Amino acid sequence: MKIVVDRIKCVGLGLCEAAAPTHFEVGDDGQLIVLRETVDEQDLAQAEEAVRSCPTSALKLIS
Amino acid sequence: MSAPVVSKRLVIVGASLAGLRAAEGARASGFTGEIVLIGAEEHLPYDRPPLSKQYLGDAEIPYLRDPDSYVHELNVRAVLGNPVTALRPDEKAVVVNGESISYDSLVIATGAAPRELPGYSEIPGVVTLRNLEDTHSLRRALDATHNITIVGAGIIGAEIATAARKRGCEVTVIEATHYPLERAVGREMGLVLSQMHPRNGTDLRCGVTLAELRTEGEGGKVSSVVLSDGSEIKTDLLLVSIGVVPTTSWLKDSGIELHPDGSIACDEYLKTSLDDVYAAGDAISWPNAHTGRTGRLETWTSANEQGAIAGRNAAGVEDALAYSTVPYFWSDWYGHRIQFAGTAHDAEPEVVIGGYEEEKFVVLYRSGDHVVGALAVNEPAKIMKDRRRIQQRSTWAEAVEHYKELGRKLALIQQETV
Ligand SMILES: Cc1cc2nc3c(=O)[nH]c(=O)nc-3n(C[C@H](O)[C@H](O)[C@H](O)COP(=O)(O)OP(=O)(O)OC[C@H]3O[C@@H](n4cnc5c(N)ncnc54)[C@H](O)[C@@H]3O)c2cc1C
Ligand code: SF4
Repeated sequence: MKIVVDRIKCVGLGLCEAAAPTHFEVGDDGQLIVLRETVDEQDLAQAEEAVRSCPTSALKLIS
Repeated sequence: MSAPVVSKRLVIVGASLAGLRAAEGARASGFTGEIVLIGAEEHLPYDRPPLSKQYLGDAEIPYLRDPDSYVHELNVRAVLGNPVTALRPDEKAVVVNGESISYDSLVIATGAAPRELPGYSEIPGVVTLRNLEDTHSLRRALDATHNITIVGAGIIGAEIATAARKRGCEVTVIEATHYPLERAVGREMGLVLSQMHPRNGTDLRCGVTLAELRTEGEGGKVSSVVLSDGSEIKTDLLLVSIGVVPTTSWLKDSGIELHPDGSIACDEYLKTSLDDVYAAGDAISWPNAHTGRTGRLETWTSANEQGAIAGRNAAGVEDALAYSTVPYFWSDWYGHRIQFAGTAHDAEPEVVIGGYEEEKFVVLYRSGDHVVGALAVNEPAKIMKDRRRIQQRSTWAEAVEHYKELGRKLALIQQETV
C-alpha cells in the first residue's frame, strides 16, 4: 500500500502524525512531510487510523 | 465486559460526524448486519469546522464521505430529513415521522445546537451558526452587512470575526466575563489570545452583556445593541455564539440518564444507562481516564473517535473498547493557527519557545511535576509531539528539556549563519 496526500485538502493539522508518527510529520512551515510513502503489513492499522483521523479527508491509501 | 452479543440491526440517530463514524466503526469491526442512519438534516454527513472557516468564504460542500459510497461500500440505509422524536427502550425502537424503527443496538449521535439568547432569536438579523443553511444565510448577510456584533468571545465567535473583518465589516465582540476562553485555554492564555482581536481591528469588550436590542421599527431588522455599560453600537447583524446545548430533549421520556447540563451519561465504553444503547460526540459526557474527569468535549477529534468506538461496541462483533483521549482542538484566527492539546484546568502556563509579540509561541501547562497541556500559536510542527508527551505522562522537566535542546540547536544555527 502507498500513502497519497491531497495537498489542496491538507491543512497541516497533524492528526495523522498523532496516529502514525513513523509515516507523517508536520514541518515548521505547516506543510505535511510524508516520512515513508509505503505502508507495510505491520503498520497498516496505524496508517488506516491516520486516514480516518484526518479532519479534511486529505489522505488515501492505494495499492 | 461480558462476551459480546452480535447485533442484527444497528440504528444510528444523528447523521453527522459521530453518527457516520459509528457506521464505519461497526463495519470496520466486521459487522455485517443492517445499519440504518437517521438524520434530521436533509444532507448526508458533512463537516462542520469548515462552516466558519473555508466554507464561509465559498468552497464546495465539505462532505465527510463520498455520497455515492453509502449504499454499496458502507451498506448503510440513510433516512434523512426528519428528526427522531422518541426512544422507546421497552420496544427497542425509535420513532421517526410517526413510524417506529426497531433496533437490536442503538448509537445516539445527535450532537449539540447553539445556545440562544432568550427572547431574541426571532428577530430578523439575529443569527447562530451550526449547519449548512446557517452558513449560507450568514454568508449572504455578511455581504450585505457593514456592522456586525458577535455575542461571545469563544472560538467560533473569533473565527466569524475573522471572516467578517476579511470582508471589510466593522466587528464588535462582546463577552460577559472578564476572561474570554477561560474554559478552553485557561485565564492567562485566554487574555493573550484575545489580544488578536484589537490587533486585527475588532473591538473586543469584556465584562459587558446585552441590555437591549433596537430594531428598525416594530418587528423590523436589528439596528443597534445597547450594552450593560450603557454604550450603544450600530449593528445590522447580531451573531450569537455563546456555546452549545446537547440535543437531547427528544430523549426526555425514554428514561435514559442525562447529566444536569443535558448531556447523555455514558461509561468509558460509551454505553448509556439503557441496555444496548451507546452514544458519542457532542451530545455526551463520559469519564475520560486520561484526564480523570467526567464531562463533555465539543471537539471534532473526540466526536470522530467516539463515533468509531461507540459503533464498534454497539455492533458487538469484537470485544468492547474503552475510550480515553488527550483532548485536542484547533482554530484559525486572522491567519493565525491556534492548536491546543490536553487540559488547562488547574495548571500553570509557561512559554517554552517564541513570544507573544511575534505571535508565534508554544506554551506548556504544568500541574505538579507533569506537563498536562500545550498551546501552540503558529507552531504547527510542535503540537502533536507535545500531545504525545502529554499522552505518555511525561514529567515537566522532560517536556521542557526538549525545548531547551531545540533552543540550543537554533542558537547554533544562528551562530553559523552569522
Ligand atoms: C461552525 C463550527 C466550527 C467548528 N470548528 C471546529 C474546529 O475548528 N475544531 C474542532 O475541534 N471542532 C470544531 N467544531 C466542533 C465539531 O464540529 C463538533 O464537535 C462535531 O461536529 C460534533 O459531531 P457530532 O456528530 O457529535 O454532532 P453534530 O455535528 O452536531 O451532529 C449531530 C447531528 O444530529 C442531527 N440530529 C439532532 N437531533 C436529531 C434527532 N432527534 N433525530 C435525528 N437527527 C438529529 C443534527 O441535525 C446533526 O446533523 C466546530 C463546530 C461548528 C458548528
Ligand atoms: S491530519 Fe490531514 S490535514 Fe492534518 S496534516 Fe495530516 S493529512 Fe494534513
